[in-house]
Amino acid sequence: MKTIVLIGDPNVGKSVLFSRLTGVDVITSNYPGTTVDYLKGRMVIHGEPVEILDAPGTYSLEAANKAEEVALSLMDRTDLIVNVVDATSLERCLLLTVELLEKRKPVIIALNMWDEAQHHGISINVPELEKLLQVPVVPTVAITGEGVKELIDRLDDLRIPDRMENSGEDQAWIRVGHIVRKVQTIAHRHHTFRDRIVDATVKPVTGIFAAIIILFSLFWLVRFIGEGFIRYGVEPLFKLYLVPLTKLSSWMEPGFIHDVLIGTLIDGKVDYLQSMGILTTGLFVPLGMVLPYIIAFYFALALLEDTGYLPRLATVVDNVFHRLGMHGHGVIPVLLGLGCNVPGVLSARGLETRKQRFIAITLVSVSVPCMAQTAMIFGVLGHSGAKFILLVFGTLLAVFIFLGLLLNRMTRGESMEIFLDIPPYRRPCMLAIVKKTWMRVRWFLAEAVPFLFLGVLAVNILNVLGVIHYVSIHVTPFMKIWFGLPGEAVPALLAGFLRKDLAVGMLVPLGLSPEQLTIAVTVLALYFPCVATFAVLFKELGVKDMLKSAAIMVSTALVAGGIMRLLLIK
Amino acid sequence: MNEILISHLLPGENATITALRGGCGFQNRLRSFGITEGKKVRIVAKHPLSGPLVLEVEHRQVTIGRGMAQKIKVTREA
Repeated sequence: MKTIVLIGDPNVGKSVLFSRLTGVDVITSNYPGTTVDYLKGRMVIHGEPVEILDAPGTYSLEAANKAEEVALSLMDRTDLIVNVVDATSLERCLLLTVELLEKRKPVIIALNMWDEAQHHGISINVPELEKLLQVPVVPTVAITGEGVKELIDRLDDLRIPDRMENSGEDQAWIRVGHIVRKVQTIAHRHHTFRDRIVDATVKPVTGIFAAIIILFSLFWLVRFIGEGFIRYGVEPLFKLYLVPLTKLSSWMEPGFIHDVLIGTLIDGKVDYLQSMGILTTGLFVPLGMVLPYIIAFYFALALLEDTGYLPRLATVVDNVFHRLGMHGHGVIPVLLGLGCNVPGVLSARGLETRKQRFIAITLVSVSVPCMAQTAMIFGVLGHSGAKFILLVFGTLLAVFIFLGLLLNRMTRGESMEIFLDIPPYRRPCMLAIVKKTWMRVRWFLAEAVPFLFLGVLAVNILNVLGVIHYVSIHVTPFMKIWFGLPGEAVPALLAGFLRKDLAVGMLVPLGLSPEQLTIAVTVLALYFPCVATFAVLFKELGVKDMLKSAAIMVSTALVAGGIMRLLLIK
Repeated sequence: MNEILISHLLPGENATITALRGGCGFQNRLRSFGITEGKKVRIVAKHPLSGPLVLEVEHRQVTIGRGMAQKIKVTREA
């Protein structure tokens, strides 16, 4: 089977085109570095199945970060290259094109964002460009599908381009300059009022102001949507569900099966949060408490991603992140990590050096709580008062900064400076936003629900076997002295390895004081990543650095939890 | 014309790029962002405490670190 790879600069729309060609749903956004791993898809071209690869963006054939390495490793495996070029910044993209043409492989160029180029008063002489490059050039608008059919039609008559005419002494960029001067004309544009507003979001003072307003409104949007779902959707549904559940419970004999499915009855009734059965707590935690906020968060994140604001945010926070051993791009792992740590850790591939990646990955898995955990923290601490919630997140923020400063000093290696393309603002397409939100929610359901069932089952089995009782007794003195928590909190810490949201829920029946609960959820957030994050840490860091990272997590939890105990519990 | 480093310009100033310094790989990287000799550039923003600069070259904006900016020579334009 033939293999085609989509290759091009970051943020030119490769993934949108990939999704158009193969029908495979992929996450796309308006910032460079959305795709950090390659994706495979298939399509049939003139009756013949073809494999299509969507590569992460790369500015040149010399990899500057891990995502670019992935892209370049695909080059050797491919029969055909579709070079996706951003028509609004032709000169830049052609630099990669010229390098690709030297690879002696058939190349076709998709001149993407054709509509936007015209809108900006940029006109490109396509026949002339074809002549100069000696490969087919097809204007496309991947988002609407315009030109995609022609692109497919022309895949047939591809041949290896001849060596370029003046590939003598001239350097690639000089050659590109010649080509661009021949084919492109740009209408002069004045700096408009709109441009000035747009610029304000990357300037020091106004930019920070804008960042605070934008992030704060997103936080309220998430709360508003999440609470709305709970009040008008989830709560009534779970009330209805209680009827068959109670019947089932009274029909079943008490015993192990009852314990696993329904769990313990609290005052003779099912209690969704405390019963600990698969059909009760196992369903209520992921669907009743966490899912509404997951939907809300990913909707808000999609808005943020697709407008093109993220690179501007990265610019504004660069100063802070630079002192933590990363640069502004490090804000992206943090933001994605607030949804789920797994994509957060993966997106650290966009950082250039090993030191930066290690710091970003460690900080995300230590001190960035995922949405599932955050929803549960709000759920269990909400009625005790905002003070305690602030205390939890304030501690996590303090840990993030303090640990970052420390790791910057202690980790060997280099930290590169920020070097980031800022795409124009684009109006997000609602359909794309909804689709992206749904993809991520689906991923959450597929990942979270099975693990929650497994978690509930494991807790029940360990309980029956007496393991939990045994461990609790032996760890009680330590827990009491160090964290001011009862030994009964240990099972929650163990369950936290499977699912943090479940673990937070398990603290509720213990009757802890708000101060104890605050310490417990903070320690739970810090001490160790969940199993899914753990697996991806292993993949990204390797054994040695993963163990180092894990050791940092455990010691951070001990120190931060210990300090909180001293301050909170007299 | 007087050559100066781009990091010495103030926000809102315009200039023409005259030379790039630094290693070959680094220069290529700048060029792949459209930062090459002869290009007109506008300083959109300059962050304090040796923070990054935001440049605009041919309607496209790029954020670069202060250290990198010290490797780009320009002449000031009116």
